[in-house]
Amino acid sequence: MSSENIINTRRLPLSEDEPITDSSKEDTIDALGHEDEFLEYDPAQDTPEALSRRKFLSKVTVILSAAGGAIVGIPAIGYLIGPLFISAPEVWRAIGGITDFKEGETKQVAFEDASPVPWSGVAAQTAAWIRREPGDKFTAFAVNCTHLGCPVSWVPGAQVFLCPCHGGVYNKDGTVAAGPPPESLAKYPVRVVNGRVEVKATGIPLAGGASGGA
Amino acid sequence: MKVFKSVGAWVEDRSGLFRFIRPILRHKVPYTDWKEGWWYVLGSAVLVAFIVQVVTGIVLGTNYVTSTSNAYESLNYISHEAPFGGLMRGMHYFGASAMILLIGAHILHVFLIGAYKFPREMNWLTGVVLLLVTLAMGFTGQLLRWDQTAVWSVVVAASMASRTPFLGNQISQFLLAGNNIGGATLSRFFSFHVFFIPGIIFLMVGFHLYLVIRNGVSEPPRRGVVVDPKTYRKEYHDLLKKTGVPFWPDGIWRDAVFAVLQIGLVAALALFFGAPELGRPPDPTLLEAYPRPDWYFLWFFSVLALIPAQAESWMILLGPLFLFALMFLLPFFANKGERAPTRRPWAVAIAGLVFIIIIPLWILGEQAPWSPKLQAQPIPAEVVNSSDANVVAGSQLFYSKGCLYCHQVGEYGGQRGPNLTAVGSRYTEAQLITRISYGGNGMPAYGPVLKPEELGKLVQFLESRRGRDNTPTYANTDSKEQAQVTNNK
Repeated sequence: MSSENIINTRRLPLSEDEPITDSSKEDTIDALGHEDEFLEYDPAQDTPEALSRRKFLSKVTVILSAAGGAIVGIPAIGYLIGPLFISAPEVWRAIGGITDFKEGETKQVAFEDASPVPWSGVAAQTAAWIRREPGDKFTAFAVNCTHLGCPVSWVPGAQVFLCPCHGGVYNKDGTVAAGPPPESLAKYPVRVVNGRVEVKATGIPLAGGASGGA
Repeated sequence: MKVFKSVGAWVEDRSGLFRFIRPILRHKVPYTDWKEGWWYVLGSAVLVAFIVQVVTGIVLGTNYVTSTSNAYESLNYISHEAPFGGLMRGMHYFGASAMILLIGAHILHVFLIGAYKFPREMNWLTGVVLLLVTLAMGFTGQLLRWDQTAVWSVVVAASMASRTPFLGNQISQFLLAGNNIGGATLSRFFSFHVFFIPGIIFLMVGFHLYLVIRNGVSEPPRRGVVVDPKTYRKEYHDLLKKTGVPFWPDGIWRDAVFAVLQIGLVAALALFFGAPELGRPPDPTLLEAYPRPDWYFLWFFSVLALIPAQAESWMILLGPLFLFALMFLLPFFANKGERAPTRRPWAVAIAGLVFIIIIPLWILGEQAPWSPKLQAQPIPAEVVNSSDANVVAGSQLFYSKGCLYCHQVGEYGGQRGPNLTAVGSRYTEAQLITRISYGGNGMPAYGPVLKPEELGKLVQFLESRRGRDNTPTYANTDSKEQAQVTNNK
């Protein structure tokens, strides 16, 4: 059998009306002259009982396959979106004594996330900008620009926060001074306990505000 | 020899492999001449690029540690110590760029010659899905570098996602694997990059290739020959019968030539330039960071800087969605008619428009003039060029107060605000004092930050900035436009 024949017996229908058929005699014989074992079942030859039995078995097969898929698939998806079900514990992290912060200054601190995994390494750390106003009034700004989350830097000379990504500028109180940020810097809850300053580790503030601070 | 023959016959008898593959290799494709034929290598070139990524990716995986505490070190080990490590990482890096470039070229070719038209609409649709998942590979791969830029890229991705209505925070937490960057974040992207998305790519590539065989390789377009769904299949069949040539070897030899050149180029780039050095360590408390996406997303980075804030959430979420919706819909509203680009001015215009829009955005993204230059160096004495003690002191204040982050004087400083090299010839002393004290036009007010004598020195320094032209003009009392014009130079 020539290669030309093999190509031609597998040709596509020539127009939209013509059904896809390639059941010429040669096509069921392979290159070594063996009969093709892929013979298609013809429902017209079935008895009514056999037909209804086959319909039933078809349904059973589909339903069982779906069930099998669900047994492994549903918990797998649950595992994948598992982080949505975990509510982070409320944890206050100490970031230093009151005297570590000078009045009228803004200083970077680092603290550990609320629930780090043992292999987190340095990824478990979160930074924040702490501003101390005269008295014991502390503000903890999230470092994430409210535009797209990049880390803002405090520029003491200009008394502004600058974002390196798209040039957002914030005043010392976190309000927007210039650039694309839609809102003020997010704040973490902060408190003073027995002369220690503590920040509540609430994660990266997001636009929806669910995990962001106060 | 006889043994080989009988082993071959046995394998064929039990597997039918040859019988399955032979018609695929020998199927007829339209004859293409030298000029048209080479464009047809682009599709197979994307596949070759993908195979390079799979091979280099698998071997990189034998040393890469999927842990936020060790990934960075393991990549440094791969890049500098593991035998062939630098070459493999370099090839994976340049190979990724090659794959994205080639997909772009392939899509452009298919679009321009109208190959997506009847009956190949499904070829196009699966191709668009492949483009999507390849971009997803690029993004997740960039994160696996797990340096400082990667960490902040995850945060940026989560921030963008959080703007989605209703489900924003859920999507962000899904990406971050929690409400913060942590140990689980990296493993998640690793799993997507290495198992999940490649799985989709394998499936879609298989489907895409099946469709290429089923619908046939499109013939080169001819002016005046239109696609009519009623007659196209018959015409195509007749064409193949008359002038078609076997895919093996008439078509595939060009693919092989291009594949070798392409792999050779990727390997050469990796050899000569090596894997790109990682950024700073992935410490979320190192805030001096300049997160930038890889080149294929850089234009979108520019878009996000340039669009007005009100349109931003729409742009972030609906922009990409809209673009891909357009690509998906294309074969449904333009699947017949002329295929020749010379007869399809709109198609050529759209393709040209894409370049006209994206290339400037790329260049801008590279320069990022909207970003303050936090690493700006103080203005040296020869640029200050003054013996006046107040002017010199003012130049130092210009640096220490952070003016230089946004304003350029000579070659120094950022481009966020207007260039002040010649500000003294545009602004009077009083105008300078007003602008510095009260800000405006995107500049914060510095009145509260500066002592009166500091303000005085700063103004004296700025007044001494005359650029080349030393004669004050004061022509423009409302200086907004003037400042803008200077800034754009």
